Amino acid sequence: MPVPCSAKCGKNATLKRPKTGDALCKECFFWAFEMEVHNTIVNAKLFQRGNKVAIAASGGKDSTVLAYVLKLLNERYDYGLDLFLLSVDEGITGYRDDSLQTVKQNKIDYEMPLKILSYEELYGWTMDAIVAQVGRKNNCTFCGVFRRQALDRGAALLGVDCVVTGHNADDIAETVLMNVLRGDIARLQRCTSIITAGADSIMRCKPLKYTYEKEIVMYAYFKRLVYFSTECIFAPNAYRGHARMFLKDLEKIRPSSIMDIIHSGERLSVRDGIKMPERRNCTRCGFVSSQEICKACVLLEGLNRGLPRLGIGKSNKAKLLLAATTEDRGKKKTVDF
Amino acid sequence: MTSGYKDLSITVEFRGGAELLFEKKKNELNLPGDEEWTLRRLLFWIRDNLLKDRPELFLLGDTVRPGILVLVNDEDWELLGQGEYKLKPRDTVLFISTLHGG
Repeated sequence: MPVPCSAKCGKNATLKRPKTGDALCKECFFWAFEMEVHNTIVNAKLFQRGNKVAIAASGGKDSTVLAYVLKLLNERYDYGLDLFLLSVDEGITGYRDDSLQTVKQNKIDYEMPLKILSYEELYGWTMDAIVAQVGRKNNCTFCGVFRRQALDRGAALLGVDCVVTGHNADDIAETVLMNVLRGDIARLQRCTSIITAGADSIMRCKPLKYTYEKEIVMYAYFKRLVYFSTECIFAPNAYRGHARMFLKDLEKIRPSSIMDIIHSGERLSVRDGIKMPERRNCTRCGFVSSQEICKACVLLEGLNRGLPRLGIGKSNKAKLLLAATTEDRGKKKTVDF
Repeated sequence: MTSGYKDLSITVEFRGGAELLFEKKKNELNLPGDEEWTLRRLLFWIRDNLLKDRPELFLLGDTVRPGILVLVNDEDWELLGQGEYKLKPRDTVLFISTLHGG
């Protein structure tokens, strides 16, 4: 028995929306999906006419859909945006080299200039080389910290006003859960913000913040968008995996759970008097940091000195070591670990 | 054959990363017509006959692992009664994983 489209257009429904429970036909789904992203952009005042906007593009489903929808909305609603694709090549053979092919295809399909920055040129290390040094336990820390900075640097090179990322509603809800589980109050407070920016760093925003993963995948499928869907070969990230499965189990029982968790995160405020890390600039590289020396510089120093565990775990120890080496530069001294 | 059911020819496809669990992305199947084929029965048949390893990445309990979308002839199985749906000849069943990074 075909189910009629909830929008009463007369057609038969094709999918059930997790967010609303509506059964929609393909066309009404496309319209609802695009309209919601448009409303998110307008309500949060993400852009201004004439803005240069870089789409952080990995070749995966989220950034592919984001690029497609932004191009479409930019034309349909005349945002007046100048759109770019910005990709980071982490140097992971068999993974990023393949997904970058997808990004190169996006460049052609969506007629947007593409800038690719590699870890190798920025830091002198590929992820392949880092994993060879540090093993497969903490490698995701390096990758995450380096990517964040790489996107900032790429954005500065392109001279854009804003970087948009493909984080979807499931990602945000997952991050809220992760921050609760880790007791990371500073991140818990800011992880649901649609716009994040430091005083002198380039603004970042998440236009797909309220878009369910299921709908992104359905949209990509029905629009026949080509995306890359292999898990990173180095990413067993077990902790996040548990949070993700927990969330998917909750979604199955009550699909609104995802929006509800985001809502909880948005409404949460940390009471006065709780010490929060202050934002400052790294004394070495100048990028935004919560420490005197940013995490990327600490990790890089560790790699270059053959002490890859520097910067993993307790930050005090790393700070002491870095201070020691800064003082004793040029002198020979053995540091005891 | 005494069951009164005919053999069932259907197509089963895997995408979005789900294909990594299987030999082939697209499978033309001819299922024995011994009894009625529901989607649930097909899930178990896939686990026993097509899955290479790690069945928990495809099935959990008696349904697909949350995060895997199922479409029958491009229609969301959530509109079709999920596992209760009775397969028809020439149906195309598509499994799309949403669980891979992006």
